[in-house]
Amino acid sequence: MSYAKLTREQIAQRIANDIPEGAYVNLGIGMPTLVGNYLPRDREIILHSENGILGMGPAPAAGQADMDLINAGKEPVTLLTGGAYFHHTDSFAMMRGGHLDICVLGAFQISVGGDLANWHTGAKDAIPAVGGAMDLAVGAKNVWVMMEHLTKSGESKIVERCTYPLTGIGVVKRIYTDLAVIDVTPRVLVASRLVPGLSFDELQHLTGVPLLPSGDRAAA
Amino acid sequence: MINKIVPSVEAALADVRNGSTILIGGFGGAGVPAELIDALIAQGARELTVVNNNAGNAEYGVAALLKAGRVRKIVCSYPRQNDSHVFEGLYRAGKIELELVPQGTLSERMRAAGAGIGAFYTPTGYGTDLAKGKETRVIDGKHCVLEHPIHGDVALVKAEKGDRWGNLVYRKSARNFGPTMASAAKCTIAQVYEIAELGDLDPECIVTPGIFVTRVVRVLRKSTAQVINAEQAA
Repeated sequence: MSYAKLTREQIAQRIANDIPEGAYVNLGIGMPTLVGNYLPRDREIILHSENGILGMGPAPAAGQADMDLINAGKEPVTLLTGGAYFHHTDSFAMMRGGHLDICVLGAFQISVGGDLANWHTGAKDAIPAVGGAMDLAVGAKNVWVMMEHLTKSGESKIVERCTYPLTGIGVVKRIYTDLAVIDVTPRVLVASRLVPGLSFDELQHLTGVPLLPSGDRAAA
Repeated sequence: MINKIVPSVEAALADVRNGSTILIGGFGGAGVPAELIDALIAQGARELTVVNNNAGNAEYGVAALLKAGRVRKIVCSYPRQNDSHVFEGLYRAGKIELELVPQGTLSERMRAAGAGIGAFYTPTGYGTDLAKGKETRVIDGKHCVLEHPIHGDVALVKAEKGDRWGNLVYRKSARNFGPTMASAAKCTIAQVYEIAELGDLDPECIVTPGIFVTRVVRVLRKSTAQVINAEQAA
């Protein structure tokens, strides 16, 4: 059977639909930022930006950029009615103190135990940069990862043990890929919402570690 | 009469010594005390340790300070940006030391310095390369890493308005590290766009109380067009 991988926008849409009313959410830089474009209009969801914003709104209209109002990716944004500004230590108290309901991060690799590697490839000539990734990884109530299922060369990014430098140990709760949604549970990874046309066996074949289809969860 | 207002950025920075640790506010381009950094370059202090979230953009601000060869070590969370070529060149040539710190730990280490905390345990970074060699401990079932304060000799921060007692208010996300850095240095210098009369800043809304501020200096606001041109040139 043939199947089509989800586009980044479709993954973002999927994640946005799973965010409940009233949630405080931090979207990591890069791919996760797209989630902000698809938040359901009938829900009040409050976006946090590490540089001191709650109630962050979308990009400003052309010509309205205010360079004192930027997101973690240093792009101009807006503030929603009811939003607030605060300083960095307060902002990271929100992140590290368990006040954020959900953060969505990109990743190079995730292990079966929920270890996250997303800040550094470990390449000798790479400039290491971590930003707020380690703070979010340990501090948010739910760490969701948004990534492609496979690397460009076709290897599974879900692995037995991460070979890239770790960001946090046992922190990831759920993985949204272009093929499926994978929940990290204490004993096993549970796969659901496979893209149309993709069989569980095919997904298992592509993924480097054992998965369980969500319907079989009770049998685990 | 207390008067922390100084007439110029040159006067504000006159006593910065070689080998100082300088805390510099800003996140990306927001809240960077650009005029104070330019004045620090002109002042000539060398062998500096700079604490900033980033490692400079293009060739202005922190990047200009690096390019001038004044910085021995940088402590930051995110030195890799699209236009951080000055830092990259120095780093690859082995001409600058980098201490990479998770952003929240960076902020909290300065908060600890300002609050007189000896050191603190945090789960952030546990089990990662950034915790190598650090003391760890299990607290309430969580693995934590011991982190020490970062004290500044000088903090350079950008605020929107200040008064002669040193009270400050900021603008939008340009606030970022300013309040924490102001508390963490022996000498905190704030550049502001407006000097307020004492009593004009709403006491309910003062973000940095003057006790944390040593000097206040007014700089001219660049027009939005100038700022956007600078961003585009970068």
